[in-house]
Amino acid sequence: MTMMTQLEAIRCGLSEEMRRDSSVFIIGEDVGLYGGVFGLTGPIWKEFGDDRVMDTPISELTIVGAGVGAAMLGLRPVVEIMFMDFITLAMDPIVNQAAKLRYMTGGKVKVPMVIRMLSGGGLSVSAQHSQSIEAWFAHIPGLKVVAPATAYDGKGLIKSAIRDDNTVIFIEHKLLYKTSDEVPDDDYTVPIGKADIKRVGKDISLITYSGMLPKALAAAHELSEEGIELEVIDLRTLRPLDSATIMESVRRTGKAIVLHEAPLSVGIGAEVSALIMEGAFDYLDAPVVRIAGKEVPSPYNDTLEAQIIPTVEQIVTAARKLRNGM
Amino acid sequence: MGKKSLSTEELVPLYKKMLEIRTLELLIKPLIREGLMRGFSHQSVGQEGVAVGVCSALSDRDYITSNHRGHGHVVAKGADLKRVMAELLGRATGCCGGKGGSMHIADPSLGILGANGIVGAGMPIAVGAALAVKKQGLDSVVACFFGDGAANEGSFHESLNLAAVWRLPVLFICENNLYGMSGPAKKMLPIKDIAIRAKGYGMPGIIGDGNDIEEVHKLTAEAIARAKSGRGPSLLEFKTYRWFGHSVNDAEAYRTREEVEEWKKLCPIHRLRDKLLTRGITQETIEHVESEANAAVEEALEYAKSSPKPEPEAAFRDVYA
Ligand SMILES: Cc1ncc(C[n+]2csc(CCOP(=O)(O)OP(=O)(O)O)c2C)c(N)n1
Ligand SMILES: [Mg+2]
Repeated sequence: MTMMTQLEAIRCGLSEEMRRDSSVFIIGEDVGLYGGVFGLTGPIWKEFGDDRVMDTPISELTIVGAGVGAAMLGLRPVVEIMFMDFITLAMDPIVNQAAKLRYMTGGKVKVPMVIRMLSGGGLSVSAQHSQSIEAWFAHIPGLKVVAPATAYDGKGLIKSAIRDDNTVIFIEHKLLYKTSDEVPDDDYTVPIGKADIKRVGKDISLITYSGMLPKALAAAHELSEEGIELEVIDLRTLRPLDSATIMESVRRTGKAIVLHEAPLSVGIGAEVSALIMEGAFDYLDAPVVRIAGKEVPSPYNDTLEAQIIPTVEQIVTAARKLRNGM
Repeated sequence: MGKKSLSTEELVPLYKKMLEIRTLELLIKPLIREGLMRGFSHQSVGQEGVAVGVCSALSDRDYITSNHRGHGHVVAKGADLKRVMAELLGRATGCCGGKGGSMHIADPSLGILGANGIVGAGMPIAVGAALAVKKQGLDSVVACFFGDGAANEGSFHESLNLAAVWRLPVLFICENNLYGMSGPAKKMLPIKDIAIRAKGYGMPGIIGDGNDIEEVHKLTAEAIARAKSGRGPSLLEFKTYRWFGHSVNDAEAYRTREEVEEWKKLCPIHRLRDKLLTRGITQETIEHVESEANAAVEEALEYAKSSPKPEPEAAFRDVYA
C-alpha cells in the first residue's frame, strides 16, 4: 500500500492502463507539456509522449466527438474536459451519439470512451468554473457516471472506466485532488455500479458522493461523540445507482439523509430519495432528508460561496433533528 | 464614429488608459498573494494596445463582449477603475456586487456586455447584440474580443457566418497572442494568419500590429465605418503577446524566456511614449500622465480595500428561478 493523493492515484491508474493497453490514449486541451490544469497528466505525457497524450485546439465539441469516432473503431480514448462547465459545449456527442449508438445500431457499435472532468466549488472561481452538473448525465440511458471521492476509488474506478466497453463520465472534484489515502500497489479495480460504506453506523444512513464525502465523515465523527452513529454510504457511481446497498442500509437504520453539493432540485438526491420511498418505505421512521447546494450560480466572493455549499454543521443539525424525531 | 487617425493630443489620454490597465494588471499577483483576490485571473500585460486602440474608436453607444482576459477591454471601454478593482476584491461596490470576479466583469450601462469564463462564448452574444442593434435601428456596433485559441471553437465559425449572412454590425477582434493556455497557435492552427478565415465567411479579414495603438485605432475605425454603412462584419486580427503566464499559476514551459524578452521590446506603451515624445509632447506632460494613471489605480485600490463585503443575502439575489 502507498499513501497518495487522489490526483496521484488517478494519474497512476491512467498510466497503468496505458502501459497495459496500447489502444488507450489521452486527448484534451493543455494535457501534454502544460500537464493539465492541476498537473495530473504532465508525468503521463513525459512517459508516453505526444502520440498517447494529445494536446488539442480549444474545440470541446470535436474533442469529444472525435473520441466517439475513435472509440467506434476500437481505440479507448480518455478525453479530458478540464472544468465540467465546458462540457456544455459537447453535449451532442455525449448525449445523442455516445449514449445511443450501441442501442441504435442493435448492439453493433461500442463506444469505449472515458470523459474526465472537474466539478465543484470552493475555489472562488465563480459561476462558470464551479458547477456540479452530474445529474444531467445520470439522466441519460446509455451513460455510466462515476464520481470517486477517495484516492483508492479514483484509481480503481478509472481503471474500470477505461476497461468498460461503454462511455463513462468520470467526475473528479477539485477539492478532493489533495486528499490522501492508502492505495494498493498491485493492479485492482473498483466495480462501476457499486456503492461503498465508508463508515458503518446504526442510527442514520447518510448517502453521499464526491466532494461531500469528507464533510459527511467529519459530521459522522462529530455526531458519534454525542452518541449518534451515522452510516456513511459513498455512492461512487451515480448511474447505474447501487440501490441494493442503499436499501439494505436504510432498512437497518430506518432513517436517511441524502447529501450533495449540486443544487437540490432534480438532483441525484431526488432520485435516491424516491428509490428509498419505493424500496424501504415500510422501514422508515421519518421522511428522507435532503441536504444540497443552494439554488443559485456560484458567486465569486468566498463568504457568499461558502453559504451555498453544504456544511458539516448543516449535516450535524439535520442528523440531530432526525434522531430526535423532529 | 471614430476618426481614422488620431492627433497627437488625442493619443495622450490613450497613453494614460494603457498605463492604467498595466498598473492594474501588475497589482493582480500581489493581491492574490496577499489573499485579497481569489479565483482565477488572467492578466493582459503586453496587450494593452489592442484593448485601448479598439475601444478608442468605439463610441459610448457601441458595445463590447470580452473574454477571460478582460480587465483591459472593460477598462478601455470606460469601466470605472474603482468598481473594477472592487469587483476583483469581491466587494459589494464592485461592478457585479462581488458575485462575478475577474472573469465576469460587466457593465451594460457602458456597453460592456461582459467578460466571460467560457472561451468563445462572447462571439454568438455579440452576433445577437448586433442583431438587436439592427432590428432596433440603433447607430451602434458590437466589438467582440477573443483570442487565437477561441478561433478554434465552433462558436467562432458559426458566429462569423451568421453575422455575415445577416450583414450585422459586428467587429470580430482576434487578439492573436500566439498561445491559448499553452497551446501554440503554430500547432493549433494550420495557418499563420487567422484573418484569412474571413474569406470563407465572405467578410474582410484584416491583419494589424496589435502593439501599435495608432494602427489598431485606424483599422478599427475603418471596420466601424463599414459596419455602420450596412456592409456588415469584419474580422480584425491583431498580432500581440501576453507577457505573463496564462493565469497566475503557469510555469510557462511552452515558450522561451528569449521569446518573451523579444516581445517586451515591442511594448505598446513604450512605443506610444516614444512617438509622443518625438511628436512634441514634453517629458513633463508624459510624467504627469504617468503619475495620474498611477494615482487613479492607487485610488481605486484604496476604494476597493475600504469597500464593504457583500451582505450574506446577496448570494440569493438575482436568481429568478
Ligand atoms: C470552453 C472553454 N474551454 C476551455 C477553457 C479553458 N481556457 C481558458 S482560457 C484558455 C485559452 C484561451 O486562449 P485564447 O483564446 O488564445 O486567449 P488568451 O488566453 O490567449 O488570451 C483556455 C483553454 C475555457 N475557459 N472555456
Ligand atoms: Mg491566445
